[in-house]
Amino acid sequence: MKKLSARRRHPLAALVVLLLALACTGGLYAVFAPADKAQADETAQSLTIEEGKKLYTVGCASCHGTGGQGTSDGPSLVGVGAAAVDFQVSTGRMPAATSQAAQIPRKKNIYSQAEIDQLAAYIASLGAGPAVPTEEQYGPEGADAAKGGELFRNNCAQCHNFTGKGGALTHGKYAPDLEGVTPKHIYEAMLTGPQNMPSFPDSTLSEQNKKDVIAYLNAVNGEETESYGGLALGGIGPVAEGLFAWIFGLGALIAVAVWVAARTAKAKKS
Amino acid sequence: MSTTTSTDSRARGKAPAGERVADWADGRLGIYSLAKANMRKIFPDHWSFMLGEICLYSFIIIILTGVYLTLFFHPSMNEVEYHGSYVPLQGQLMSEAYKSTLDISFDVRGGLLIRQIHHWAALIFVAGMFVHMMRVFFTGAFRKPREINWLFGFLLLVLGMFTGFTGYSLPDDLLSGTGIRFMEGAILSVPIVGTYLSFFLFGGEFPGDDFVARFFSIHVLLLPGIMLGLVVAHLILVFYHKHTQFPGPGKTNKNVVGMPLLPVYMAKAGGFFFLVFGVIAAVAAIATVNPIWAIGPYRPDMVSTGAQPDWYMGFSEGLVRVMPGWEINFWGHTLVLGVFIPLMIFPLVLVAIAVYPFIESWVTGDKREHHILDRPRNAPTRTAFGVAWMTLYFVLLIGGGNDIWATHFHLSINAITWFVRIAFFVAPVVAFVVTKRICLGLQRRDKEKVLHGRESGIIKRLPHGEFIEVHEPLSQEQLYTLTAHEQPKPLELGPEVDENGVRRKVKASEKLRAKLSKGFYGEESQIPKPTVEEYKEITSGHGHH
Repeated sequence: MKKLSARRRHPLAALVVLLLALACTGGLYAVFAPADKAQADETAQSLTIEEGKKLYTVGCASCHGTGGQGTSDGPSLVGVGAAAVDFQVSTGRMPAATSQAAQIPRKKNIYSQAEIDQLAAYIASLGAGPAVPTEEQYGPEGADAAKGGELFRNNCAQCHNFTGKGGALTHGKYAPDLEGVTPKHIYEAMLTGPQNMPSFPDSTLSEQNKKDVIAYLNAVNGEETESYGGLALGGIGPVAEGLFAWIFGLGALIAVAVWVAARTAKAKKS
Repeated sequence: MSTTTSTDSRARGKAPAGERVADWADGRLGIYSLAKANMRKIFPDHWSFMLGEICLYSFIIIILTGVYLTLFFHPSMNEVEYHGSYVPLQGQLMSEAYKSTLDISFDVRGGLLIRQIHHWAALIFVAGMFVHMMRVFFTGAFRKPREINWLFGFLLLVLGMFTGFTGYSLPDDLLSGTGIRFMEGAILSVPIVGTYLSFFLFGGEFPGDDFVARFFSIHVLLLPGIMLGLVVAHLILVFYHKHTQFPGPGKTNKNVVGMPLLPVYMAKAGGFFFLVFGVIAAVAAIATVNPIWAIGPYRPDMVSTGAQPDWYMGFSEGLVRVMPGWEINFWGHTLVLGVFIPLMIFPLVLVAIAVYPFIESWVTGDKREHHILDRPRNAPTRTAFGVAWMTLYFVLLIGGGNDIWATHFHLSINAITWFVRIAFFVAPVVAFVVTKRICLGLQRRDKEKVLHGRESGIIKRLPHGEFIEVHEPLSQEQLYTLTAHEQPKPLELGPEVDENGVRRKVKASEKLRAKLSKGFYGEESQIPKPTVEEYKEITSGHGHH
C-alpha cells in the first residue's frame, strides 16, 4: 500500500482511477445491462421457433409445404398469425385428417399448449399476423351482452343461428354450434376467419365489440344459460317444435283417445 | 217437467229445486223437446272418432289462453327501450309488441306458461285437424251427405293455418319478422298488382308501423270469429247427419250403433276435454316453444339461419326453398318465377285434397248416402291417392327444413334440395303404386281368411306323415265384417252404335270418366270378394288344404 500511496499524487493517478472506474462501471454494465438479457431472450425465442419448426415439419408440412408456403392440399400460412394457429390446432381442426372433406371438423386436440405456442411462434415468424389474444381482450369485464346480442344477430346469426346453435352452408359445409367453445377460441375465430367464416379484424369489429359478442354467447349459449320455458329442443326453432308437437303432443293425445275409447259402458255387457 | 200435472205436484208437495229450474227454463227456451231429441243421440265408439274432439278442445284452449294473452299484449310497433327482467336484451330498442311479449314471458304471473300452452295448443290443433281430415278421407266419411261438412273442415284447416301464421307474427321477433318478409316477398312476386297489394297490407314500405296492429285484429277477431262459426256449423252438421260407423254385424246404413250422448258421451267428452287440456299443459310445462327472448327483436337488416315457419306452413317454405331461382326481365320489369310459381302451387296442394270427394263422386256416379265407413284397403285408389298426397306434403316439409336435415344428418343441403326437386314429382307416383298394391294384397289376405280361416300356428302331423297348419274358421261376425263392403262395377261407355246402327257421339269427358272408373273399380283395382258358393264349397269339404 505504501507504494500506492506514494504515487497517489502522480500525474497519471487520476487517469488510472478514471480507467478503473470506467472498467468497473463497464464491467457492471456488462453483467447487468438489458442488452445481455435481450440476447438471452432471443436465444430462447429462436429456440421456440426452432422447436415449432420441428413440430411443423412433422405435423403440417405435408399439406402446407416445408416453409409454410402452401401446396394444392393446404393454403399458405405466411401472415396468418399466431392466433390462427392457436385456434386451428387447439380446437383439433389441424392437423386435418384429409383436405378432401367439405369442411374440417372440430376434434380432439393432440398437442400440448407449449407445443401449440411453439408452432404459433414458428408460423408468426413467417410473416406478421394477429397475435393470440390475452384474457383481458376476451374476458367478461366491461362487456355488454345486450350490445353483443345486437352485433351477433347482425353479423353472425345468418350462419350460426340466433343463439349460436349452428346452421347449414352449401355442399355439406356448416357453421358449427358455438356451445362449449372457449371465449379465446371465439375471439380468435372472429379475428382470423377460419375456413368459410369471414374474418372480423379490429377495423371491422372492434376489440370491445368482440368482447360484447363473447359475453352475449356466454349468456345465451353457455353452461349457465337458463332455458326459461323448459326443454330448449336444441334451440333450432320451429322444425324441432313441430316434430315435438306431432310426436309428444298429438301422439300423447291419440294415446289418451285410444285409452278413453277402450273404457266404455260396453264392459257392463259381459 | 211440463208433463207433471198440477194435482200430482200438490199431492207430493213442492217439486225439487232442480225440477223447478228445468221447468222455468223449458217454459222460456223450449229446451225439453230439444233435449229429448238429442239426449239419447247415439254415437259410435272408436278412438279415431275422437280426433275431431282433440281439435275442438285444443281450439277452446287456444281461445281461453289467447284471451289471457290479449290482457297483456300491446299490438303496437312503437319503438321502446327495454329495461325488463331479461338481461341479455337490456337497453335494446324494440317494438312495443316485442317488449310486451317479453314482459308476458318474464314479468306477468303465469305468462310464460300460458304463452306456451297457447302456442303448443295451436301446433297440436292444426296437427289434430290434419289427422282428423286424413281419418275422414281414408274411411270415405266425406261421401254423401257429408261433402259440405268436409269442405267446412277443410276451411277450418286453412283458416287455422293462417290464424297460426298471423299469431306467430305478432311478437315481432326476428324469426316472425323474417316470416313476414317471406310473405311480403311472395306478395311482391305477383305480377302487376304485387307491389300495390304489399303497400296496402303494410300501409307503405315494409315493415312500416302498421302490420302488428293489423295482424292482431285478423288474429284475434276476424279469423277466429269465422272459425268459431264454422266449428258450430261443423258440429251441427255432425249432429244432423249422425255419426258414421265402421262396418260390422248389426251396423247398417240406416242405424247408428253406440252409446247415448247422455250420460255416456257427456261424461266421456267432458272428461276428454280435461285430458286434452292436461296433456297440452304438461307439454307446455316441459318444453319451450318460440323462445322469443333468445331470438331477439326484429330488424329488417338482420336474419338468422334456421328461419322456418311453424310446421303447418312448412310445406310452403319447402316449395320456395327447392324452386330454382328463375326470373324473367323485360322492359324494366321482373317476373320472379322462383317465388311466383311456388305461390301458385301452394293453394293447389291444399285444393287437391279438398276437391277429391267431388271428383270421386263424379267418377263413380254414386249418388247414394253412405253412413258405413270404408276400410281403406277396400278403396285402393282413394287410399293410394291419399297416401300420394301425404307423401308430397312430407317431401315438401323436408324441403322446408332442408338446413336442419343437413346439419343433423350430416348431409349436403344441395343434395337434399335436389332430392326434394325430384321426389316432388316421383315420390307421389311411387307412393300411389305401392299403396295400391298393398291394399290389394290386404284384400287378398281378407279373402284368404274368409275362405280358409285364420292361421292358428298349430302344426298337425297326419297319419301318413304330411304336416299341415290348422286353420281356425272365423266367427260369423268376423266373416260379415270382412265381406260387408260392396264392389261396384266400373262404368261402361255402352255400345258405340245405337240400335239403328248409327255411331253414337261419346264425349271426351265421358271417356275420361269411364277410364277413371276403371281405375277405381276395374279388375286391377279390386280383388273380387269371396262368394257364398266359394265359401260353401271350401267349408263343406274338410281336409281341403
